[in-house]
Amino acid sequence: MNVVFWICAPLMVLGGLGLILFRKAVYSALSMALTMVCLAVLYASLDAPFLFAIQIIVYTGAVLMLFLFVLMLVGVDTPDSIVETIKGQRVLSALGALGLLGLMVFSIGGAITTPPTTMEGATVAAGGNVEGVAQLLFGRYVWVFELTSALLITAAVGAMIFAHAQRTKPKLGQKEQAEARMKAYASSGAHPGSLPNSGVFATSNSIATPALLPDGSIAEASVSSTLTERGAQLDSAALKQITADAFAKAERVGAEEDEEL
Amino acid sequence: MIEEYLYLSVILFVIGAIGVMIRRNALVAFMSVELMLNAANLALVAFAFQHGSFDGQVASFFVMVVAAAEVVVGLGIIVSIYKTRRSTSVDNANLLNQ
Repeated sequence: MNVVFWICAPLMVLGGLGLILFRKAVYSALSMALTMVCLAVLYASLDAPFLFAIQIIVYTGAVLMLFLFVLMLVGVDTPDSIVETIKGQRVLSALGALGLLGLMVFSIGGAITTPPTTMEGATVAAGGNVEGVAQLLFGRYVWVFELTSALLITAAVGAMIFAHAQRTKPKLGQKEQAEARMKAYASSGAHPGSLPNSGVFATSNSIATPALLPDGSIAEASVSSTLTERGAQLDSAALKQITADAFAKAERVGAEEDEEL
Repeated sequence: MIEEYLYLSVILFVIGAIGVMIRRNALVAFMSVELMLNAANLALVAFAFQHGSFDGQVASFFVMVVAAAEVVVGLGIIVSIYKTRRSTSVDNANLLNQ
């Protein structure tokens, strides 16, 4: 138990320092993950295997991944300003932290005089760690347990409301779209039907190949404008040429055979 | 022997408090709050070990539940602030102050 503690404790302090000192938020999140995993190990060393599993699943698995997802959403490279907006904030917070540390260390120092009872007796009496926790959870603390379910539901609904984006314009249905198309046809003569599909050639049926009009020119509407802007549009004339060459060769061979006969 | 755990918990709590005070990025400040909650959890589990009862572990479990709910709502707030203000800095969220 002591060995485990002295391995994990420095790692946890390092992780905590990394959390507040790294300028990049992703590094902070990862050093937080280190602290969380070490904390789980300490729970195991304190005879709390249930909390060990919960710590890994809830904190390292769910909460930190949620943090990482949000970091991805808001952009990992949002800079953190170093400029102090409140004058002397660093000094004051250092003083405050020192005060807090002193206060808590003095209140803890010498507070524990007896050797620990350890969980052994309670675990044996309850028939296991999970059983012991469950007896309390569904016995003495069952009302608190019920309240947490209300809390979780409220939090889930709240998160959905936060994530919900209000429509600024009403959604266009099939009817409205058809009306808009007919209006455009009436005013500017735009074709109300579907757009022409992309060109299909013997060697290529990619959506990047434009279709050819009867006069041999390219039908602009047959290829997505995004592809055209990216320069991904293929050359229809060259593709057409391959087929034309093949036909010409076949016709020449046919003509030669005709002559031989 | 349990005292060492308590001292570690105090150190982590103070590190979390410093993070809340000096970091501007709302996400990092929020992670520091999580660190403080976890430090408290460690103290609770250590006390459970000291007294040989499961109450501390159950309390720690409840803290975890509350922390999970808090993370969901807090991250929702951060994302919605980011959507409207394009920033996660806590200094920029001063609409109620103006």
